[in-house]
Amino acid sequence: MITLFEAQNITKQFANHKALDKVSISVPGQSIFGLLGPNGAGKTTLIRIINQITAPDSGRLFFCDEKLQSKHIEKIGYLPEERGLYKKMKVGEQALYLARLKGLSKADALKKLREWFEKFEIQAWWNKKVEELSKGMQQKVQFIVTIIHEPELLIFDEPFSGFDPINVNLLKDEILRIKENGGTIIFSTHNMASVEELCDHIALIDKSKKILEGRVKDIKKEYKSNTYEINYTNRQKDLIEILSNNFKIIEQAKEEDTFRANIRIMNGKNQNDLLRELLPYVSIHSFNEILPTMNDIFISKVKENE
Amino acid sequence: MNKIVLIIKREYLTRVKKRSFIIMTILGPILMAALFIVPVYIAELEGETKLVGIIDETGLFYDKFRSTENIKFLTLDSDLETAKQNITNEDLYAILYIPKTELSVPQSGMLYSAKQPNIVVKGYIKNIMRKEVEALKLSASGVDPDILKSIKTNINLFTIKISEGGEEEKSSTELSMAVGFICGILIYIFIFMYGALVMRGVIEEKTNRIVEVIVSSVKPFQLMMGKIVGVAMVGLTQFALWVIFTLIIVSTFMSFFSDEISSYQSSQLKIHNEMLPVNTNGGEIPSEDIQNTLEGGDINESVIAIFESIQSINFEVVILSFLFFFIGGYFLYGALFAAIGSAVDSETDTQQFMLPITVPLILSIVLAQFIMNNPDGPAAFWLSIFPLTSPVIMMIRIPFGVPYTDLYLSIVLMILGFLGATWLAGKIYRTGILMYGKKINYKELWKWITYKN
Repeated sequence: MITLFEAQNITKQFANHKALDKVSISVPGQSIFGLLGPNGAGKTTLIRIINQITAPDSGRLFFCDEKLQSKHIEKIGYLPEERGLYKKMKVGEQALYLARLKGLSKADALKKLREWFEKFEIQAWWNKKVEELSKGMQQKVQFIVTIIHEPELLIFDEPFSGFDPINVNLLKDEILRIKENGGTIIFSTHNMASVEELCDHIALIDKSKKILEGRVKDIKKEYKSNTYEINYTNRQKDLIEILSNNFKIIEQAKEEDTFRANIRIMNGKNQNDLLRELLPYVSIHSFNEILPTMNDIFISKVKENE
Repeated sequence: MNKIVLIIKREYLTRVKKRSFIIMTILGPILMAALFIVPVYIAELEGETKLVGIIDETGLFYDKFRSTENIKFLTLDSDLETAKQNITNEDLYAILYIPKTELSVPQSGMLYSAKQPNIVVKGYIKNIMRKEVEALKLSASGVDPDILKSIKTNINLFTIKISEGGEEEKSSTELSMAVGFICGILIYIFIFMYGALVMRGVIEEKTNRIVEVIVSSVKPFQLMMGKIVGVAMVGLTQFALWVIFTLIIVSTFMSFFSDEISSYQSSQLKIHNEMLPVNTNGGEIPSEDIQNTLEGGDINESVIAIFESIQSINFEVVILSFLFFFIGGYFLYGALFAAIGSAVDSETDTQQFMLPITVPLILSIVLAQFIMNNPDGPAAFWLSIFPLTSPVIMMIRIPFGVPYTDLYLSIVLMILGFLGATWLAGKIYRTGILMYGKKINYKELWKWITYKN
């Protein structure tokens, strides 16, 4: 997979604090890249640097193996967290203006806008003033003008805030479709569920430093704790009496018809060893490995970094 | 470059299409035209003839009060008490009562009226009485009124400036003052009105949270300059429309009411002439006399003097420098206003930053009188080359004639000042527009300026 965007050793110092300290990320093409981190970690600064709104103090940036420069602005679409529209301007007029600022010709912009307005079923808003629209409606318009110029790289900062669940799904589908069609997306959010759902890669930034980066699958594997969830019946003995001290029972519970237990495997044993010890005493209904959620990884990594 | 044009277009069109702009554009000329028209209209309203009854116990004034178009005098035969009771019945505006005195000449009179008497009527009566009494006193001391009349002289002092090349040119201080002051005031108003508009535009973009969306497409500097240029064009459009509409309204009015106006003006002129102390012989001036005064050497000469001094002002220089300082001053201040707008979250927070910017501008206007009195003094020189004060002060100086070295120095410094201000403003702007919910002070601003971007 080719790398679409790369940042190397980016450092940005503000008067009183360092916003980014030698941060490097590498965003593969045609993927969704999650940029995660607590508030004030430096995500927005990094995003602004990618958008060339601010310049880094040191470090290098590449877009498609070229040094990042102003001609790339038109290949990037950015939906900032702090976003809004001119309240007194008409929706269509405004969308046209923003699209043309991205370098589209008037005819092109009009044609594409009409398509998108139709797709989102908002043609009726064209001549309304923005202030007459609800927040969710404004967000839709905002989303359209972000992607209207079909950029190679899209950057979404908390894209789902202000949307109801139906529109969140509409948006998620659009984002996935953009990826299918070859687009690359950098996605910054605090909503870990949507990270799990959408992201292929993530980078975690905390206190101005990158503390984790990689494929979501790999990271989960790396951070798994060798814990399995077992559902069983025919409980003849308590598990504590059955299992040797190579296995640690983390949680036990009685469900309606079955029993459930979370067990961590230790001392170099594997899941077959666990099953071997269990089988004589219980009938197993299901046996699953518990992978850590991104939420768990996020919290444990950030705590570790304190 | 293409994008900055888009920004200018948006800034221009959204403002020009606003209802407030259209209302102001229509209202402005109406107000201005009203300045010309209302006095004439009021004069028309007041034009009804006022009847003033006279009871003169001294018998000196009976035939001296000459009726004019607006004031008619009527000698009353009744005594004061009856007249006072009949004041409304007989449609009298006022009763003038001059009591008999022990002195050789009367010094006072009484004016009874139902309403507060008009100042023009009062002035007219007082004037005639004064002239008459003066004439009486003069003849009592043996002075022939004709001698006094011949003594009256009107002095025209022509001021002639000798330029460096030794050429002589007539100049008029009053005219230079007027031209300079009007230019200065126009620049002052333009900078304040439209500078504030730039500032509000920046604050609007910040509070609407659209600014980050836009600066991901264009450079913050382009956005700032686009706004400043766009607003400047709005201002120029409004000024141009005002001038055109005002001219149209005034000229339409003139052509409709030209008769009334000329009669109003001539009556004004008459009153004015009769008030001149020249006519010491008591108001009995034959009409040719007025004509003579009008066409006589005095007035003619001063008209020529004014005409010559108009020519003495180098209007090419005035107009060109007006355009330069008008636009240059606006751009300089516009950039600073934009910087202020970017640093704050709402208009209420602008006060502390506004002060250092508005002080030089207000100071220029406050010092205008002083500069007009000493257009070549050191204060005038320094203030007219310092970019924050030069737009107003230089324009005040220019009609008096300014050495080209001063003018060029001022222009160069203005350009440097403009470049410096936009550079500074650009630095503050690009950091400020993305800063929310933070109280900004000067220390903070300085940090922004020193950021590497």
